[in-house]
Amino acid sequence: MLKHKLLLSMLFAALLGLGGCATDTATKGDGEGDGTTTGAGKFSPERMKQLLAKRTVYFEFDSSTLVGENLEVVQAHGQHLAANAKTKVTFEGHADERGTREYNLALGERRAQSVERVMRALGVGSDRAKVVSFGEEKPVANGHDESAWRLNRRVEIMY
Amino acid sequence: MFIISSKWQVASNKSTTTADSASLKRLVLLLLLVTCNLLFAPAARAVLTIEITQSYDGGMPIAIVPFKWDGPAKQAPQDIAGIIESDLLRSGRFNAVPKTNFVSQPHEHKDVVFKDWRISKAEALVIGTLRQIAPGRYIVEFRLYDVFKETQLSGYMYIVEEDSLRRVAHQISDLIYEKLTGEPGAFNTRIAYVVKEGAGKAIKYKLQVADSDGYDAITILTSPEPILSPAWSPDGTRLAYVSLEHRRSTIYIQSVATGDRVKVAEHKGLNGAPAWSPDGSRLALTLSRDGNPEIYVLRLADNSLERLTNHPAIDTEPAWSPDGRQIVFTSDRAGRPNIYRINADGGKVERITVDGEYNARASYSADGTMLALVSAKGGRFHTAVMHLKGSVLQLLTDTSLDESPSFAPNGRIILYATSVQGRGVLASVSSDGRVRQILKSQDGDIREPAWSPFNRQLQPKE
Repeated sequence: MLKHKLLLSMLFAALLGLGGCATDTATKGDGEGDGTTTGAGKFSPERMKQLLAKRTVYFEFDSSTLVGENLEVVQAHGQHLAANAKTKVTFEGHADERGTREYNLALGERRAQSVERVMRALGVGSDRAKVVSFGEEKPVANGHDESAWRLNRRVEIMY
Repeated sequence: MFIISSKWQVASNKSTTTADSASLKRLVLLLLLVTCNLLFAPAARAVLTIEITQSYDGGMPIAIVPFKWDGPAKQAPQDIAGIIESDLLRSGRFNAVPKTNFVSQPHEHKDVVFKDWRISKAEALVIGTLRQIAPGRYIVEFRLYDVFKETQLSGYMYIVEEDSLRRVAHQISDLIYEKLTGEPGAFNTRIAYVVKEGAGKAIKYKLQVADSDGYDAITILTSPEPILSPAWSPDGTRLAYVSLEHRRSTIYIQSVATGDRVKVAEHKGLNGAPAWSPDGSRLALTLSRDGNPEIYVLRLADNSLERLTNHPAIDTEPAWSPDGRQIVFTSDRAGRPNIYRINADGGKVERITVDGEYNARASYSADGTMLALVSAKGGRFHTAVMHLKGSVLQLLTDTSLDESPSFAPNGRIILYATSVQGRGVLASVSSDGRVRQILKSQDGDIREPAWSPFNRQLQPKE
């Protein structure tokens, strides 16, 4: 299931024209940050700036799949970090309040890992990337409906 | 020991004649500890107040006469009859006869007129007195009657300090419950839970332990980061829990009495969902050190770890069967979270829940016939029970954000966390769904309740 989702997101990346790097490194299963990110430069400078301004990506309920602009945000940061090999990064996964706390702790980790995998494929090595999960414990929006929940199902890219 | 009549016996924490000395020592120790904690933390004794949100009138009608107060103060230090009544009602198996229907208000055996209680439609009657014998020292007496047979079913006397009055009331509730239902009561037990207080940078998380009705809370851990999943050791002396105080998940075991704690799991990745084996020798837990969350068993004697599951999906929230032979857990290996079962020594995984959008955090009733769990329907998360025989899933609540259901040790009440008007509260539901209550807090969000095992019964023998 997880692998399936990962492959899907990689395929999605390929469809976006960024796959050359992503699929290659994904099959290697390891992406040491040597700066050879063929994905870099695929976004226009304005678009890159827009994407890098976003540090949080969002997910559907009980999902850890990066879709739409969320994947682009991760890729933009991946490219940026690949070019800045000394920068350490933490992916902090979160869930909304629905469901159980321990399952959500696991779900937050899985979300953070799906960001980490895309980053690794772009050359951000796991030696400088840290995955943590706070599950549903640290909401950014305190409401109890979808308008709050969608903001809380997130991974924060911190560097 | 002094005996008032052949039916009356003394149970005193100063006496060693009515209970085995081990449990007495434990009680005395606990009394001292409670006293110390109150000295150092003179915080509110009643942190939670109970509000019945759904009652049931098919239970046994019981009349509980307010106890006679005999002491220098105008008011009794505790409303013993009130504590007993709210305990018994919480079980869903009793109905209180309204005091307006009382024809008489006896406190002594000689004043009981059974005909009065048949008129009041009571099947059982409880009377008693609370007498102060020295500063801070009291005698509690009670008698339980069968109104139709016109016989006394039970009657005891306790000599206690003021701090133990509530505990004695809960113990009387247990005796009445057992006498009338044939099953042990679970009122003289404790609950552990987590309180979140404050906002922004001032947020504090407190791991607290209180009596089963929410009174006499003590804080055993305060942290600026979340605390999750407290789990009682089978002997009721320790709590295992997950702390995020290092901004990553770590599992600790902490003594409730001394506050001493040891770190038992701090592996790379997730360290979550500790669950004690029934013999207390092992902890089942969730670790993602091999890449994704799997169920492990940690042997506490030598810290050896055995991996039980092996699947790329999320496997978490293990809970032991009462015989220690099986472990249920939550897994989304079929797409959505569901409950699965595996032998405690590994092997084939069997799916337990079939229906529903989301089934998680299961735990066994003490007799092993039921699981309490969270089950979602139409996007609403309810406390549910699964009757293992026949695989029948029954939703028990109409709240929508239920979490962490936990059986009382006698299996009759399920304690869970939910949200009321945006605030985290504890709630309880009888395991037949008939009676629901909310334990309201004065402030803060309350979550992650866990019901202690039977551990502090001072058992007077009849």
